[in-house]
Amino acid sequence: MKTCLLVDDSSVIRKVARRILEGLSFEISEAEDGEKALFVCQRALPDAVLLDWNMPRMDGYQFLRALRRMPGGDQPKVVFCTTENDVAQIARALHAGADEYIMKPFDKDIVTAKFQEIGLV
Amino acid sequence: MTTFDFDFLRRLLKERSGLVLSADKEYLVESRLLPVARRRGLAGLSDLVQKLKAPGAGGLLAEVVEAMTTNETFFLRDKVPFDHFRQSIMPALLGARENRRRIRIWCAAASTGQEPYSLAMCLKEMGDKIAGWRFEIIATDLSTEVLEKAKIGLYSQFEVQRGLPIQMLLRHFTQTGDSWQISPDIRAMVQYRALNLLEDFSSLGAYDLVFCRNVLIYFDQPTKIDILERIKRVVEPDGFLVLGAAETVVGLTDAFKPVHDQRGVYAPQASPTVTRGADTPFARLDMPATARLAAAMGAR
Repeated sequence: MKTCLLVDDSSVIRKVARRILEGLSFEISEAEDGEKALFVCQRALPDAVLLDWNMPRMDGYQFLRALRRMPGGDQPKVVFCTTENDVAQIARALHAGADEYIMKPFDKDIVTAKFQEIGLV
Repeated sequence: MTTFDFDFLRRLLKERSGLVLSADKEYLVESRLLPVARRRGLAGLSDLVQKLKAPGAGGLLAEVVEAMTTNETFFLRDKVPFDHFRQSIMPALLGARENRRRIRIWCAAASTGQEPYSLAMCLKEMGDKIAGWRFEIIATDLSTEVLEKAKIGLYSQFEVQRGLPIQMLLRHFTQTGDSWQISPDIRAMVQYRALNLLEDFSSLGAYDLVFCRNVLIYFDQPTKIDILERIKRVVEPDGFLVLGAAETVVGLTDAFKPVHDQRGVYAPQASPTVTRGADTPFARLDMPATARLAAAMGAR
């Protein structure tokens, strides 16, 4: 079973994303900020990370840069999922190593399509 | 809605658009047509049916047909047909049309433009491989309303996220507030025309490739056969037809034959008069399209 780490400070978003991704047969773990997410990744790298941008302590962008510097940190597919929807932010995320980008609000079809695009569905 | 009203709408839609609604689709009719009734200031579907029966209901009828035949569509919908388009169909056609350097594509159910623009984007991304080539993408739909939206090429954030990889979004769209505008060069690659597949489309000319996806499912069997056989007449003998995932020619007509290992892709079957003298006419005359595809795939 493929694993996905949900990183978002909103428990509602994590709950919605969990329901969608469990429906796509992912085993889910959760973190409410970048720091906790990094800790999860140090123990075991997930196959995918669904990542918010704005979070307390360590934001999504900082987390992504730290993840990509970790041994094996180039492996997880990272999908940003954020309200930061302007082109400059998207380009910045891709430059930092994001594989895909979901603009909130999202639905099941969008998440499914993006995970298909990165080859995990 | 009474059974009588539902049956009237079913008959009307079948007659005017070929749309076949099974008896369990009452909810679909209600969800699509109640907004039409409200827009017209009518109390409900029974009043709408009465208006449709009255003289001079042409405008309302067009509105009803449009509301019932407009379907949700994604960019690069289902992904696989576009992989086939990029990886095997286009290399095969580029090889076969080397002298002419012109390729004509027909999107037969273009809806709000996602499919023809997806094809245009795929072509654009082929870069130098298609330098000096001319492409015509003719996109047709029954609904003039959806074609107007398609021509404008402005999509919501929801629409662009359905199926479109973020890199392609950045390359081919401009952000306009909360919406995304397709780039002028992609838009210029597509010509839109209103067309009812039930009517004669021979005047469209000949095509190297026809995308006719997720539309035949709405027609009954004789109508499907008729449309497929008329499509065959406008596809070049070495061209291709792409159908939707839930559609096939198998068991319907010999006009097309599935292309091996290319789900949803079909090659025109040569007509018996052309195959005179051949021992296994269909197998032999299908070879060019399938062989070119195989060669194109092998060359990757």
